[in-house]
Amino acid sequence: MSTPSKTPAFGPLLVQLIVYALFLLAYFFLVLQFLGDWLKRVAEHDRVEYAAAALGLIVAQGIALELLTSLLLRVARRRSR
Amino acid sequence: MYFPISGLHVNPVWLMTAGFIIGILGGFFGVGGSFLAGPVLFALGVPMNYVVGTDLAHIVGKSIVAAKKHRALGNVDIKLGMLMVVGTIAGVETGAQGIQFLKRHADVDLVVALVFLVVLLGISAFVGWESWQTLKARRVGGELASSPTLTGGRLKRDESILGYVSTAIYRFNLPPMINLPVSGIERISLWVILAVAFIGGAFSGFLGGGAGYIRMPMMVYLLGVPTHVAVGTDLFEIVISAGYGTVTHALKGNVDILIALVMHTGAAVGAQIGAELTEYFHGPRIRMAFVPLPLIGAALLIYTLVTGHHFK
Repeated sequence: MSTPSKTPAFGPLLVQLIVYALFLLAYFFLVLQFLGDWLKRVAEHDRVEYAAAALGLIVAQGIALELLTSLLLRVARRRSR
Repeated sequence: MYFPISGLHVNPVWLMTAGFIIGILGGFFGVGGSFLAGPVLFALGVPMNYVVGTDLAHIVGKSIVAAKKHRALGNVDIKLGMLMVVGTIAGVETGAQGIQFLKRHADVDLVVALVFLVVLLGISAFVGWESWQTLKARRVGGELASSPTLTGGRLKRDESILGYVSTAIYRFNLPPMINLPVSGIERISLWVILAVAFIGGAFSGFLGGGAGYIRMPMMVYLLGVPTHVAVGTDLFEIVISAGYGTVTHALKGNVDILIALVMHTGAAVGAQIGAELTEYFHGPRIRMAFVPLPLIGAALLIYTLVTGHHFK
């Protein structure tokens, strides 16, 4: 019952990881560095706004990265065929 | 890298790597990964109140990815997940108030770390014992409780040596009684579902993360939900409970969202890989593979508590 039925293809995943890492690097320097000061100001002055921003940011990032990783995986799989 | 909200210096590479590994494990085992994320953040020098709140935020982003994958695989019992939301939110708020109390009256780092330690060791020992007994009983052809379920158009079966526990719980007849066809449960009291959800939520609010390390075993052993459905439904539940936890802890000044965002960048891709892997394994073998993970978190906690050393 718990015997693996098929072998995962790790090639596409590796390609996905490399492209993803490049995207992340750009995102890291372009977005996260600039968010710091603004978030600190909001956190100090309005906790409700900060809580909403925190939840909005992590949900938005979750959805955006999910779309990105799915797209990369699809492209990598198509190329590996 | 300097994180201005908490005023901490933490290496982002550590955060992303930890997020990636936790993402794979979380996507595979259906738990948010806080049994590792919490101890890792603490070991990186983050104070426990920030560990709890920040871990909850990071879990939200990651669980959205993994829950969507499990939903596509037919592993989410939406009805069960929605029923659990009420109990979970009440539990999360109770746990968060506990943290606030400790911030005012005690050493929050020490108390939370010790509670975390006890929970991690207990869960690991229990799941290990149960999975071992189930696999052993299967090898010698013993009688096991088996629950058939229809998920994603496929019939799957799951087995547990503790199947009699959920059978006994089904006899608890306090109305309203609920039918959960996706989980293969004909009749169960709503109050049992709410109690399980409340306990999971309280752990989530007090120790951070989604508390899947306690909710998933309770769903399997107490509610009798098959492991693969428990994995998917737990992730669905975590999105809601951790979302609420993020807001309530952010209002209390316990969330550094920048740390969560950096950690989540690694977790996003890890969660995709982890969810894919559940297609290849299920049942007691998933639970057995879960056993060493809380022990790694426990070892990190003990090391940080005893030496006071942080990996910055």
